[in-house]
Amino acid sequence: MSYRIQGATGEWEVVIGLEVHAQVTSKAKLFSGASTAFGSEPNSNVSLVDAAMPGMLPVPNRECIRQAVRTGMAIEAEINKWSRFDRKNYFYADLPQGYQISQLYHPLVGEGQLLIEADEKAGIPEDKVIGIERIHVEQDAGKLMHDQHPTMSYVDLNRCGVALMEIVSRPDMRSPAEAGAYVRKLRSILRYVGSCDGNMEEGSMRADVNVSVRRIGDELGTRTETKNVNSVRFVMQVIEFEANRQVDLIENGGTVEQETRLFDPGTGTTRTMRSKEDAHDYRYFPDPDLLPLELEDSFLEECRASLPELPDAKRQRYENVLGLTPYNARELTAEVETFARFETLLAATASAIGKDEKAVATQVANWALSVAPGVMKSLGDEGDPAHATAEAQAKILKMQVDGEISGGQAKEIFELVLKTGRDPAEIAEAEGLKQVSDTGAIEAAIDDILAANADKVEQYRGGKDKLFGFFVGQTMKAMQGKANPQVVNQLLKQKLG
Amino acid sequence: MTEFTQMGVADIRDGVAAGDFTAREVAESFNAQVAAAAELGAFIVTTPDKALDAADAVDAARARGEALGKMAGVPIGMKDLFATKGVQTTAASHILEGFIPPYESTVSANLWAAGAGMLGKLNMDQFAMGSSNETSHFGSVKSPWRKDGSNAALTPGGSSGGSSAAVAARLCPAATGTDTGGSIRQPAAITGITGIKPTYGRCSRWGVVAFASSLDQAGPMARSVKDCAIMLEAMAGFDPKDATSLDMEVPEWEAHLSADLSGKTIGIPREYRMDGTPQDILDSWERGKEWLKDAGAKIVDITLPHTKYALPAYYIIAPAEASSNLARYDGVRYGLRDLPEGAGLQDMYAATRAAGFGDEVKRRILIGTYVLSAGFYDAYYNQAQKIRTLVARDFEQAWSQCDLILAPTTPNSAFALDEMQGDPLAMYLNDVFAVPASLAGLPAMSVPGGLNSDGLPLGLQLIGKPFDEQGVLDAGLAIEQRSGFDAQPDKWWA
Repeated sequence: MSYRIQGATGEWEVVIGLEVHAQVTSKAKLFSGASTAFGSEPNSNVSLVDAAMPGMLPVPNRECIRQAVRTGMAIEAEINKWSRFDRKNYFYADLPQGYQISQLYHPLVGEGQLLIEADEKAGIPEDKVIGIERIHVEQDAGKLMHDQHPTMSYVDLNRCGVALMEIVSRPDMRSPAEAGAYVRKLRSILRYVGSCDGNMEEGSMRADVNVSVRRIGDELGTRTETKNVNSVRFVMQVIEFEANRQVDLIENGGTVEQETRLFDPGTGTTRTMRSKEDAHDYRYFPDPDLLPLELEDSFLEECRASLPELPDAKRQRYENVLGLTPYNARELTAEVETFARFETLLAATASAIGKDEKAVATQVANWALSVAPGVMKSLGDEGDPAHATAEAQAKILKMQVDGEISGGQAKEIFELVLKTGRDPAEIAEAEGLKQVSDTGAIEAAIDDILAANADKVEQYRGGKDKLFGFFVGQTMKAMQGKANPQVVNQLLKQKLG
Repeated sequence: MTEFTQMGVADIRDGVAAGDFTAREVAESFNAQVAAAAELGAFIVTTPDKALDAADAVDAARARGEALGKMAGVPIGMKDLFATKGVQTTAASHILEGFIPPYESTVSANLWAAGAGMLGKLNMDQFAMGSSNETSHFGSVKSPWRKDGSNAALTPGGSSGGSSAAVAARLCPAATGTDTGGSIRQPAAITGITGIKPTYGRCSRWGVVAFASSLDQAGPMARSVKDCAIMLEAMAGFDPKDATSLDMEVPEWEAHLSADLSGKTIGIPREYRMDGTPQDILDSWERGKEWLKDAGAKIVDITLPHTKYALPAYYIIAPAEASSNLARYDGVRYGLRDLPEGAGLQDMYAATRAAGFGDEVKRRILIGTYVLSAGFYDAYYNQAQKIRTLVARDFEQAWSQCDLILAPTTPNSAFALDEMQGDPLAMYLNDVFAVPASLAGLPAMSVPGGLNSDGLPLGLQLIGKPFDEQGVLDAGLAIEQRSGFDAQPDKWWA
């Protein structure tokens, strides 16, 4: 079902394009050696170049270029072996040079794409490929602080000159949900690649949201651009608000102005920041301080070789090779931390049990996605996540596979591991958290139960199969829950005939 | 007593090394000469103590038997475009008046490391924009030269006019210059000294106040070809802090100097013979040809067909870059700030820049802003870049016929101060012969070619292939040896 705005005069379609600014993970800035550390004292990470002192010159940071190229490769984009930096000229207090070094005419990365997956619940009926027009590399500006003085603003240049990738999508999205999925997927890819930490709260990722509306099948409408939106939820709110605002405006005889808008998270609305008439003339031209960027094949090969398995490939491998359900595969691959923990635990468990990963993958996936998080959540502050090592969890899973402990006991043992950091095998032993697989003891219990319930045995043998569960329950009760259910089942079947 | 101030770089260096005299004696002598020449206006600030300290360090190093640098014991003048740590650096502007850099430009640092000392910061056209040294906030520099029978003050050329005047007046044996569209060669030519702009990228631009980044190039100004070779060796070198710096070894130009031009072919570009070029300029060009022929070179006529478009293209590209490069002078972090009562940010920018920049700088910022603006970019900036490519191609094609090019440096001799004020276009024409080599990034040099009928110096320009400073210096040496140019201005100041 497609997302539509129901106007007074009919249905409208929303067209969305996103420009995502992602801070490149790098110790130093794009054109200076100054640190990029977040949260430093204001103006402590500022070099002579960042402060635009007379005669200072930019020198490209190879690591930033490498990260942008790797990102381009991760979205299957064309990498331009010849690109160039341009100056975008404007005066502002957060821009000491009086220009931002960016790439207008010849960006580093060309056409690419990204897949967003079907999510019925979220309103995405099927998988969709979103086009990415380009990625270019540019400098961030400084930060103005308006709350330090009653009449003046302060400037912090720590962020000034930090490398950003501007990732420009095609206007291929048609609903807030698609835009949200796009940002989440992009963030996931960036984090897989390690080219951006994706931390939207710290401003490492922000989006400029371009929205227009049109009647179904019409030409593209005039778009507005809402700047610097810093969460997935806000991106979706901006689209919702803008689409409805534009439809109301048009239906009431108005026209949408091409303009830059600002989002107010407090009210969930947008307002005009700069109209087209006030638009800057940025006087872009090639930066004469820098030579064109020419990439060698060996550099590109090195970038490609350093790419990790990416989300889509990993998800498919989890399904097709490890045999996980599509749901589990998607959940486990969404975040870097999740799959990293899963893969470590999977390897540890497979090795502890002595089977291949495929044989234990489902069990480990269930443990990692639901059992372990459930225990941790119920413990809250009482548990120390540091105790949840792969080694300890693998031991628990092995005991469970070996039939030494039940699922319930596994949870109890894990609880104690989290609380105390003790060894799981030692806990099982000391706390009596083991199930009985000794056939003698179980057989004795079963004999007692069958004797005490002769009538039910009769009924069962007469064809009332459902009573099997009753016998299992009674046996387990007699064994105080510690009998190995498989052994119980097996023995009961034998004895009931 | 030896007259140190008549000595050049090589003589001083060799004399200090041989122990004929001390570096301190030399520095004291030049300090005195500088102090007595305030009337020329060649220096914005003088730094006699710096010169003495450097000299003492050299004398001490020599006493300890240490190896001495290429410029050991040579006091020089430093164009005020180079940032000098702890010494005011203004680019001759009001907007940077009082600015004391906490850093040293790579070129000046190289010179100090080679044992040179600083006599002071030399006056220049403001932000290197000008051809007469009249755009300086600190007053025009007066050339030490005067026309025969006249007391009218003449221009020392620009933008390195403080450098040319100081070297010609024997206030220093050599000085740094920078050349964006002729700013070393034109002042050298009209003050009867020698100056070379090396291949773009030879000298680091780090710490040099930027005018037009794709053209700016530092070089030495001195009174002989050999002195230029020595000083250029000390200035040049790869600098990782400048992304356009050439990653090449610096050749030993001095050691390889040779005035034997056998086997060399010199091209004479017909397009440099322009309507209205004075006869004395053409005569000097003819003499230059004869001298080079005499040194063993073959002379051929060549064509550089896009020459006439070079100057207009230059006056689009250079201002375009300047309009952006000068945006940083906004009154916020250093230099002048004009903050009228109740003013906002934009008002402060406007007031600061209105007060801080001179007319010529404003003119070029306006031109540059215009040619880059939406709707004009393709018609001006892009066209100019295409012309730049064509001009460079002209030279590449010429190199199939010749090794070097000989041309006049300037279309005229020194003119009177104030003579061209109010006619910027006439002033811009001073660069007509210098600009093509700048656009192509080629090494080019001006050497004295004699005096005209007014007794004023004329320069001959040699343009070489990329990285062939040696060829340029060799041909310059051949001319120097044959011209017998030893004229110097009569001392009328102080």
